[in-house]
Amino acid sequence: MTKMPNYISTTNACKLCKPLGASLAFRGMEGTVPYLHGSQGCATYMRRYIISHYNEPIDIASSSLSEKHAIYGGAANLKLGLTNVTEKYQPQMIGIATTCLTETIGDDVPMIVKEYERETSAANRPLLVHVSTPSYSGTHMEGFHAAVAAAVDQLAQSPAPGNDTVNLLPGFVSSADYRYLAEIMADFGITTTMLPDLSATMDGPALLEYEKIPGGGTPLESIRQMGGAKATVEFGRTLGKTRTGATILEQKFGTASHRLGLPMGISETDRFFACLETLSGRPTPAKYADERGRLVDAYVDAHKYVFGKKAIIYGEEDLVVGLTAWLAEIGVTPILCATGGRSGLFAEAIAAVTEDVLAEQPKAYEGMDFFDIAEEAETLGPDLLVGHSKGYPLARKLNIPLIRVGFPIHDRIGGQRIIHLGYRGAQQLFDLVVNSLIEKKQSDSSVGYSYM
Amino acid sequence: METTALKERETQIYRKGETPFEITCNKDSLAGAVSQRACVFCGSRVVLYPIADALHLVHGPIGCAVYTWDIRGALSSGPELHRLSFSTDLQERDVIFGGEKKLESALNELIDRHSPKAAFVYSTCIVGIIGDDLEAVCRRVTAQKGIPVIPVQSEGFKGNKRSGYKAACNAMFRLIGTGDTAGISKYSINILGDFNLAGEIWMVREYFRRMGIEVVANITGDGRIGDICRAHGAALNVVQCSGATMDLANMMEEKYGIPSMRVSYFGIEDMSEALYDVARFFKDPEIMNRTRELIQEEVQKIYPELQRYKKALTGKKAAIYVGGSFKAFSLVKAFRLIGMDVVMVGSQTGTKEDYQELEAITDPGTIIVDDSNPLELTSFLKEKEVDVFVGGVKERPIAYKLGVGFCDHNHERKEALAGFTGMLNFAREVYSSVMSPVWKFVPRKANGNDQAL
Repeated sequence: MTKMPNYISTTNACKLCKPLGASLAFRGMEGTVPYLHGSQGCATYMRRYIISHYNEPIDIASSSLSEKHAIYGGAANLKLGLTNVTEKYQPQMIGIATTCLTETIGDDVPMIVKEYERETSAANRPLLVHVSTPSYSGTHMEGFHAAVAAAVDQLAQSPAPGNDTVNLLPGFVSSADYRYLAEIMADFGITTTMLPDLSATMDGPALLEYEKIPGGGTPLESIRQMGGAKATVEFGRTLGKTRTGATILEQKFGTASHRLGLPMGISETDRFFACLETLSGRPTPAKYADERGRLVDAYVDAHKYVFGKKAIIYGEEDLVVGLTAWLAEIGVTPILCATGGRSGLFAEAIAAVTEDVLAEQPKAYEGMDFFDIAEEAETLGPDLLVGHSKGYPLARKLNIPLIRVGFPIHDRIGGQRIIHLGYRGAQQLFDLVVNSLIEKKQSDSSVGYSYM
Repeated sequence: METTALKERETQIYRKGETPFEITCNKDSLAGAVSQRACVFCGSRVVLYPIADALHLVHGPIGCAVYTWDIRGALSSGPELHRLSFSTDLQERDVIFGGEKKLESALNELIDRHSPKAAFVYSTCIVGIIGDDLEAVCRRVTAQKGIPVIPVQSEGFKGNKRSGYKAACNAMFRLIGTGDTAGISKYSINILGDFNLAGEIWMVREYFRRMGIEVVANITGDGRIGDICRAHGAALNVVQCSGATMDLANMMEEKYGIPSMRVSYFGIEDMSEALYDVARFFKDPEIMNRTRELIQEEVQKIYPELQRYKKALTGKKAAIYVGGSFKAFSLVKAFRLIGMDVVMVGSQTGTKEDYQELEAITDPGTIIVDDSNPLELTSFLKEKEVDVFVGGVKERPIAYKLGVGFCDHNHERKEALAGFTGMLNFAREVYSSVMSPVWKFVPRKANGNDQAL
């Protein structure tokens, strides 16, 4: 179901554009420079937007097209740009994403890249992966998944025998989430190729020497071997028929694929861990059983503070689905789930994760902007907002807490260090939600309670 | 050491004292060089954004609107329509069949909803390609709604940020001359090129009020359409950030005979000079007396604290990389005032004259750079052992990653850095970064790597 009523204009969008997602995905691949084939502004705006969340450098190269290129085509500038990036950054790979400009003028990037590969010597040339990301169709999430799929499609080769790894395609999560996922997989004893991996590339240490390309990211050699893995696990209940990394591997190499929701909250995380038990043939390590136990204990300790509180959840479709699954299981009442995306599968996915907990389904609307959300909020009377920092003006107007999750978080520090996933993430978010509600009650009260 | 600059960029970097002054600038960014620049649209959006009672509709796919949603600290004393992000969010079918219809409906919808005093319609890259006739749509909506609806020719690829400034000036110029100028004092000015970041234009307006000078229009900080429409009634245009609004001043001079002067409100020296220049223009001894008193009073207020900072900061090294070079001139002087040495200075959009002036006021050995990029900037920071870097959001993580202090002097900042109080805020901010104890832990200073002290 899409938003009602259907306004023509968009005010304060609840989505970002496709090339931004692609740039971030490429940033999580080893030795890779993201490259936008378009005018200079796109790269600069996206860098600024990303930096304000991560407080980390991110270099995104651009073809810097000018008027004559827009008329005669951008091929020459694309090639020149690739040569310059190669010379200055010595990357192992350049991830080329298109923009609305180059898609509209009709630049055939795959062909230009082929030409460039013919014209240059392979010895001095990085790998070139390209993805079509016109910003007039889809959101940053489609761009992110498309870049992952492009890397798999263009790099993964026929399987070498005896490969016992598992591919993990988590989608766009925080740096801390990628780190935690790697830890979980290691603790299960599963050799894993996680694509992408922004744990180090967008959350690195202070340095003596500036790294042109930060260390970390999914090793390119591992991406090449993905076709030989014994299975692929990918997160995303709204991916539908999208051609993803997992479906490509399944079609090309017959790699078994397991599609799960983002593991948020106990129920969705249990499904993930059950899958890992099957894949590894081992029980869940005690460490995680303990995490789960402490989480259940915390749920019980604080259940009354959250019960029946009404929440509006907004943002990327799969993140909202995961958050809603978790909020529903702790007793919060999701009243509106809103996304700027348009997968057509949003409401269905929300229903799938909440129908055994909620008596009544929340409104679940696609194609929403913050004008629509604010309009809905007027009649719904929420107690809290859950989403990225762009919901702050609404939270301020309604005088209710905003639980900052996902991307972007532009008004706080450390967005990349929030853990959303697994039992550990649910624990941290649970404490945050409970304490925010307690704080609200405390500061609204005239008594000045010093214990709650 | 490996060369940091691409060969094609070498002429855009100059080291004072090595060779006679020569620098290449005002050219398109090199493909693949990771320029810190934005685009034409960005230039227009920066200049027009603070006009608070206008509707700013970005005609294009969602990115351009969403990346410029409420990102600037340009404050308004009244309406805050400028803080919302409006877009036509063009989809594939619009690109194929044209976006004019959607644009017109969106304009009608938003004008009915918000009753703005005017609407600016920003053109983005693909609008320039699919050929929507913005003029025609704007003309129709103007006729229907009875407010000025003005297209801004800001297709991203049609030049650089400076072309965007020009497009914004062209858009505003359509408004000027349409308002009633009755009752405007002969001692009157327009303030051009201040964007009221953190309330700066309020401070500057207060100085002018105390001098006995009327401000007709703020262009564009805390700006209002009604004021801009009557801006041609002012006696003088006082222009800061000359890159952004000088074109408008020139057009006003040509059509309405209004003279203009370039000023800067950053630093004691430039702020005082700005007020004196305006006072001298009006040739009124009373105004001059009041100006003298004002400056004396304001400088006295901040001087003792400033001296304390100077004592601590003397001999520390600063690097500057900003959008427009006018700001760089003032910053060089401001750093000198607190005893610091500027060792690198650059801008995204400076002109040859700008760089010549920078060459004249900096010390030998200073690096002067046009349209730089992260790799060059990091190598300069290391080479010059910089203590504090002044720039914007994109420069910040570069400094921090290397353990270098930072002062935000861009549109996103929340601290007022203009005026006399602003000089104190600036010194305080530089001090709080340079003197922080955290640097002792960063690799640059820890483990015997102490390079900078």
